[in-house]
Parts: sequence; structure tokens; C-alpha cells
Amino acid sequence: MSSTHLATPARLETPAPAFDPAGPARALFLALVVVFVATPLVATVLGGFKGLGELRVNPFGLPDAWEWRNYADILLSRRYWQMLENSLIISSLTVVLTLIVASMAAFVFAHVKFYGSTMLLNYITMGLLFPAATAILPLFIKVRDLGLLDTYFGVVLPQVAFSLAMSILLLRRFFKDLPHELLEAALVDGCSYIAFFRFVTLPLSRPILATVGTIAFVNSWNSYLVPLVMLNSDSLYPWPLGIMVYQGEYSSEWNLILAYITLTILPTILLFLAAQKHIVAGLTAGAVKG
Amino acid sequence: MAVIAARRVPRDGSLTAVLLFLPPALLLFTLFVVLPIGEAAWYSGFNWNGFGSPTKWVGFDNYRAVLDSRAFGLAFRNNILIILVSLLVQLPLALTLALLLAEKFRGAVALRMLFFMPYVLAEIATGLIFSFVYDGDYGLLASIYRLFGAEAPHLLASPDTSMLAILIVIVWKYFGFHMMLFIAALQSLDRNLIEAARIDGAGRLQTLRYIVIPLLYPTIRLSVFFAVVGSLQLFDLVMPLTRGGPADSSNTMVSFLYNFGVTRMRVGFGSAVGVILFVICVTFAFTYKRWFMRDE
Repeated sequence: MSSTHLATPARLETPAPAFDPAGPARALFLALVVVFVATPLVATVLGGFKGLGELRVNPFGLPDAWEWRNYADILLSRRYWQMLENSLIISSLTVVLTLIVASMAAFVFAHVKFYGSTMLLNYITMGLLFPAATAILPLFIKVRDLGLLDTYFGVVLPQVAFSLAMSILLLRRFFKDLPHELLEAALVDGCSYIAFFRFVTLPLSRPILATVGTIAFVNSWNSYLVPLVMLNSDSLYPWPLGIMVYQGEYSSEWNLILAYITLTILPTILLFLAAQKHIVAGLTAGAVKG
Repeated sequence: MAVIAARRVPRDGSLTAVLLFLPPALLLFTLFVVLPIGEAAWYSGFNWNGFGSPTKWVGFDNYRAVLDSRAFGLAFRNNILIILVSLLVQLPLALTLALLLAEKFRGAVALRMLFFMPYVLAEIATGLIFSFVYDGDYGLLASIYRLFGAEAPHLLASPDTSMLAILIVIVWKYFGFHMMLFIAALQSLDRNLIEAARIDGAGRLQTLRYIVIPLLYPTIRLSVFFAVVGSLQLFDLVMPLTRGGPADSSNTMVSFLYNFGVTRMRVGFGSAVGVILFVICVTFAFTYKRWFMRDE
């Protein structure tokens, strides 16, 4: 996220603001939105440190007695780590497969002219329109018939398939922008397309690979419907399923549930802070031209 | 000679590349995206529990049952409500914030990050956080009511208010996404145009109305598109909050599909819901692209 105005010429010392109502009104409005957004988040983290009795009388403020045990018990429990491990395995497999499969296809669509190329690209582009939910029952039956029900791959393969359209389009656009002369020169020198892809295109495409990979990771990490339908065993549950089970078991012990929520969104927030640039880049790249 | 070689080599190499690189993507996409949608159309003509092969052909009965169902009508109405709130509350809020936060001032970047944060959180986590906010005994809202000596409402437990509660969460979660789209667009605007308008004596609001907003139209159109398509598919947020209840008051079309099709393995019925949703999404996408996004 860059804070520089891309089109601002350097000579303009103070670019005229597009919209700048009186300061105090702006500050008040922003403050209200901050309260609206931040209160649930802060109360969740703090609530995890409270006893159940205190949570009831003091849901907003700092805890009187910090109940570190709430967090410690979860961190010492096997299921918490099991759940994160499942999520990590599913999301990593999804990212790796998406990147491999999508970048290969995008490379062909970007650099090889062949009969039917446009038609096939349009076929893939249609995928942007299809919400996974519309065909979830046939998808379940297909995964079952392939013997993948209740396995990591039963979740991973549909997720990869559904992320392909966007991934291929983003990668293809980037690949096309790489200087075509490079490829021509390499081909004249006897380099194969495949070697060129492996040793030139991929290394040059790290930024877009990072963006596409991050988006695939976040989508998979947060996804609920596909794992919900494809997985039966608690031991395979990724965290969105795991936390729903936990909430069901501790239905009124909100302090424990809040601690659990905090510990499960923590990786998300850390990931966001680390990969924020790629997330926003992917969002705007996919959006502004997609 | 070199010319001939240069021509021959890429042709051989390119065919290998196509045959090696394209099939994985085409296979996965066809198997897990395209075929299931075709199968949904096929299965929707059967009364079938998913075991054995579908034999009991019922024609359009499943569609009739879906469209006659009171719960589906409510779900459809809720999706329309979600679209309206997204367009009339969420996008204006996002646009206003983008206009404020595209400016450089101390803390602008931090505020952008904070407002974008809910979008990054999973729907499930968001839903659970707000189950706490709305909880009638321990929740934040309840304690505010108690502060004023009033009885705490159980928003999620009443058919009259469950949808309202969900709509608030939707705005909370998604406005940051649209704000970011608008900020990205604002930052790539040609500031000279704005500068010129100001020099010509246009006030702030005039500049906004006649220069900035028109320049943002492509992004606004895109935002509207995302908002509608996203609203039609909403599911994950509903589950932790209400599961569609009470009395089916807060189902969306997808949670209806899940509650009435998937959990009971009514493959034909559920597939009919899926096909209806699919037709709505695709019709909207094509119409919208044709009417509003022709130039892009």
C-alpha cells in the first residue's frame, strides 16, 4: 500500500485535496468509524483475559484480574495446534498447486499461439462467474466418487480449481508484459519453452507469484463451506470448522470462546501484516482491470 | 539456415509446452468447476439422496418445491436486502472514507489498515465475534442497554431483528474492501485535472461532484458489481450468527441451500436451488457487463 500519489507531479508542493471538509467534522466522523470497527476486536482480545463473571459486568474495559489461564489452556491443548496444522497443510497444498498449475497454463496463454487458444482462455475466464456454492452437492458427490472424501485433497483440489480462473488471468497479464524479445532470443539460441518458463519467466515473476499465492492462501485459510461439506473427522478440521465445534461445546463460556477466537485470528492478522502489500496489490490488480 | 531453424524449433517446443502445461489446469477446472455445474442441472430433475444412481425423474418438481417454499422466499428477500444495504449504506460509506483517507495526513495509512482489517478476517471469526457483541447476557450491546437501565435485546434470537443484526455485520466486514478499491483508484487519478478545476474557481464540493466522482465511475461500477455478486453468495457469515434462524428469518439463498439441501442430502432439491442461484448470478453478470461496463 503506497501512500504516494502516483500521478502527482513533483512540482506541486501541496496537491489540492479532492475532498476536505472542515477538520473537526472529519475527525469526529473518522473517530466514530474507528470506534465502530475497533470495539468488537479489542473487546474480543480483552474478553479472553477475563473471568466469566467479570466479562458480564465489564465487557469493555481492561480486566481486573488477568486470566492468562484462558489463553494458556488453549495453547497447551492438542486440538488447537492440530487445527492450525490442518489449516496450514490444506492452505499450503492449495497455494503450491494453484501456483504450479496456474502459472503453467498462464505461460502457454501468454506466449504460445495455437489453434483454440482464445476459446480455451474464454472457457477458463467463465470460472470467474461461478460461485462454488451453486454446485456444492454435485461437487460433494464427485469428491466422494473419487474416494477423496474426508481427505485433505478433497478440500484442496476443489479450492485449487476454483482459484484457477483469477490466478491464470493475473499471471497471464504479467507474463505478457515481460519483454517478448527475451523469449525470442532464447528460442533462437535453442532454449525450449519449458526451460524458458522454468529459468526465466518464473524467477522474473516473483512479485505476481507472491500476490497470487497470498490471495490463494487467504481464501483457503478462511474458507468454510468446502471443508464443511468434504470433511467428517474432527481431526482433519481446519480452524474455521474447529472453532465452530469449540463454540458449540463451550456455548455460554464466552471468555474461553473469545480467547479461542483471538488465538485463531492471530495468525490471520500476522499474515496480513506480513503480506499486506501483496494482498492489496492482488485486490486492486484483480479489481481495477479484471 | 538460421531462420529455418529458428522457425522450426519454437514450433516443436511450443507444442510440447501446450501439451504439457495446459492439461492440468483444464482437467482440474473441468472436473471440479464446470462438470459439477452441469451435473447440478441434471440432478435437479431427480428426487435423489445421493446414493446409487439417480433414477427417480421428477422433472421440474424440485424447482416448483423451491419456489413454493416460504423459507426460500424469505432467503431471496434477504439477499435483496443485503444487496440494497451494500449499495446504499456500504458503498457511500466506503467512498466517503476513501476520499478522506486518500489524503496524506498523519495516521491515514494506519486508519486504512484498521478499516481493511475486518475484510481479512474469516467470515466465521467475524460471525463469532459478533455473536458475542449481540449476546443478550454477556454481549457488548447488552451492557450498553444495561447502562441505561434497559432490558437487553436478543437481536439474533428474534425473527424481527436477526436480519438487521446480520446487515450491520456485513457493513462492518466489507466496507474496507471497497474503501481500498476507491483509494487505489483515487491515487491513480490525474491530479492536474483537480488542480485545474480548483484554479478555475470550483469549490471542493463542485470539484468532487463534477471531476472526482465522474473519474471514479469505472471503479464505482466495479464496486457495485462485487457488492452484488458477493451479496448473492453470502453464507459463511450467517452460519456462526444465526444458521439462518430463527424461523428461517435470516437465511440467504446459499444457507437455504445448505440447510435444506446439503444437510439432508436432498441432492435434487439442493441442486435446483444451486441452479436458480447460478442463473441469477450469471444473468446479473452478463446484463451488468452489457449495460454498465461496455467500455471496459
